[in-house]
Order: sequence, then C-alpha cells, then structure tokens
Amino acid sequence: MSAVRIIPCLDVDAGRVVKGVRFVEIRDAGDPVELAARYDTEGADELVFLDITASSDQRDTMLHVVERVAEQVFIPFTVGGGIRSVDDARRMLRAGADKVSFNTAAVNDPDLVARASAEFGDQCVVVAIDARRRDADDASMGWEVVTHGGRTATGLDAIEWAAEVVRLGAGELLVTSMDRDGTKAGYDLELLRAIEAATTVPVIASGGVGTLEHLVAGVTEGGAHAVLAASIFHFGQHTVAEDKAHLAAAGVRVRPA
Amino acid sequence: MIAIVDYGIGNLRSAEKALQHVGADATLTDDPRVIASAAAVVVPGVGHFGACMEALRSSGLEASVRAAAASGRPMLGICVGMQMLFDGSDEAPETPGLGLVAGRVRRLPADEKLPQIAWNTVDVAARSELFAGVAEPWVYFVHSYVCDPADPDVVTGWSTYGRRYAAAIEQSNVWATQFHPEKSSHVGLALLRNFARKAA
Repeated sequence: MSAVRIIPCLDVDAGRVVKGVRFVEIRDAGDPVELAARYDTEGADELVFLDITASSDQRDTMLHVVERVAEQVFIPFTVGGGIRSVDDARRMLRAGADKVSFNTAAVNDPDLVARASAEFGDQCVVVAIDARRRDADDASMGWEVVTHGGRTATGLDAIEWAAEVVRLGAGELLVTSMDRDGTKAGYDLELLRAIEAATTVPVIASGGVGTLEHLVAGVTEGGAHAVLAASIFHFGQHTVAEDKAHLAAAGVRVRPA
Repeated sequence: MIAIVDYGIGNLRSAEKALQHVGADATLTDDPRVIASAAAVVVPGVGHFGACMEALRSSGLEASVRAAAASGRPMLGICVGMQMLFDGSDEAPETPGLGLVAGRVRRLPADEKLPQIAWNTVDVAARSELFAGVAEPWVYFVHSYVCDPADPDVVTGWSTYGRRYAAAIEQSNVWATQFHPEKSSHVGLALLRNFARKAA
C-alpha cells in the first residue's frame, strides 16, 4: 500500500530560499540545495521549488539551482513559478527536475497542459490551482480560480477547472486555498474534498498549515494524497520526522523517516 | 563503466547522478561503441511506452540494448525502461516491445488515483541480489501501467496499488524496477550500489 507524501515547499528568490516576513530562524533561509538535502535526510518524500523571482533575467539562476539539487538530492522534486511554455518545462526537466508545475500559464493557455503532457507524459505535469471561496462562510457557493497570489480573479470555477486540466493531461493537482494561505488556520478541507471527488489524479493539499493536526485532517478529512507545507518546516517549528510520527500515530500510512 | 542509454527521452541525468553518487563510473551516452564496451547498461524511461519505444528505435540504439542483454552483462531497466523489456503494452498496442522478458504491460485498475505517484513498500524475494542488505524497502513509483511477466518467478519484488504487481524483476543478467531507484533516497542508492557492484 502506498504512503501519503510529506512535501516541504521552498520559495526561491534569486537563488536563495525565502519565506515571508515572519521568518525567525534565519539560518534556515539559506541555500536551496543544503535545505533540500536536509529535508531528504529528515525523511521528506518529495520537494517543491517555487521560483518567485519577479524578473525573467533571474530564470537562469533557478535553472542552476535545479541542476545543483539534482546532483545531490535523490528524491523527486517539482519546479514551479514562471514556467510558461513547453520549452521552459523542457529546460527544467533537462536540468534535473522530475516534474513541472503550471499555474497562471495554464489559465492563460489551457492547451499548454495538453502539449506538455503529450511531450513529457502526464506524470511530469502538475497543475497548481489557487482557489478562493466565493463566500468565505459558505462552501456551497463554490471556489474561484485566482492567479498572481490572489490579486487576479479568473472567473473559472475551481472544481470545473480541476476536472478540465486533468482531462487535458495533468497528472497531479497542487491545490492551494487562498483563503487559508499564510493563516495557519488549516487547509480548506471542503475544497480538497470537492476536487478529490471531481478528479482521478492525486491531489496535493496546500495553504494554511499551522499544526500537525492540520496535516492529518488534510489526509483523513480532505482526502489528499500528499500534504505540502512551508513555514512549519522552515521556521524550525517541526521536523519532517515529527510530522511523520504524528501522522502515523493518527493512523495515516507514511514512509518512516 | 556503466553506460546509461540516452535515446532522447526525459530526465535521464538523475540516473547518472545517482550512480556517480554511489561511486560508479557512469556515463550517459548515445554512442553504440560506448554501450558495447560498457561493463553494464542502464535503460531508463519515462512517459509513454510507445513514445519511448519509438525513440529507442529511431535513435538506432535498440540493437545496442539487445546486444547488451544477450551478452550477459548486467542490465537495469528503470520504469518505462522496465516496461520496454516486455513483449508489448496496452498503452501502445501497435508498438512491439523488446521482448527480452516474456509478458505484457497493463494499466493499473482505475479504482485508485492514477498515476500512482507515491512511495510504496516492496515485498522482496529472498533470492534478490538487487535488494541485498535493504531492511526497509520503501521506494518511489510514478506510473499508470505495470508489467505482467509470463513467468512470475522472474519477479523479485512485489508491490500493491489497486492490485499486486511486479515492482522488480531479476531474470539472469537482466534486472528492472518499476520504481525509480535514483529517486528513492538512501534505499534507492543502496540498490544502485548493488547493481554497480554486480557490474564491477
């Protein structure tokens, strides 16, 4: 039987890992390769690198980070952020990434998902969906897909969009609740459940993790196949091993750290 | 030297990097002479069975792979590289496989999420050389299809996802894994070390 994956997410800006303004333990900010190797040792099942570099002239820096990670870290990793074309994806995969994640580019050009999937296989293609409730208190009103960190509303229904990108060839969905992101209030479990029920591919839960209980709920109540978190790891709040012990104690199957 | 056959598909660097990490002299190559002189050969593969088979054929390296298997030198197929060793796949029924291992590649049942993108355990046969010394065989899988060998005795590792399937085979000199040892952290590196030792 397969295990639920624990995925630390690393935001990379100009070749360095950064995380928010509340960053307290500066030693963890550092080098993406060192951090990736540490997470591997601690038992992380996979890594996501999100290139948050604003300017396109920094893209080669990210490519170099990917090459260095691939040389030294032997667990799968996904690269997202600023990947706008099949060529962009190919460069990242050639540099050593196992998967690429499309977000805004897929909204602007849905066929990109189909082209990338045809070229590299669906197992290489993650579509990241940032979703916001139409009514914060009423899940029955549904969720809208947003881009640019929530600043741009797309008009797309998140559940329909999820089913559409899977039809186009996405092999996995990275679902982030923009209502919860950064709040430490836990995943939007209704959103996760709705997307899980509407699609046939694995779902990675993201956005809002503040405690280990939130990770457990993402799996047991949200139906997620993988749980992604950033700050609880980078801030030194919990190690991946602690996470896994907690999930295992709650009856969730994990790979031992 | 271990030759990793480069027929132009996907991310092949990771197998090379992981073998080098365990101290093997590994080279990614599309040169038939290098493959012919290698002590061992790795056949990687990701994505679509048909696309991989066609790429292998159009690269002109199919004969090199066949010759390596027939020579008795250690060979390791990885993921679609394992599937290509079989007679054919339901993923591309019109495209024949290499037929080096008897059997067919079939789709996993749809009652689970596909692809399987997950770490999973392997139930290892006592005779396995590939898994020698590995206490907790957790490995990383990314696939929607699995190999059904005609002779189940070639299977040295079984896993379960919707159904029981062959995670690893060892048929004399031809070894293969459905999972990605190069992405399976310390366990995967131990397996690659076992393969490299066989090649030494």
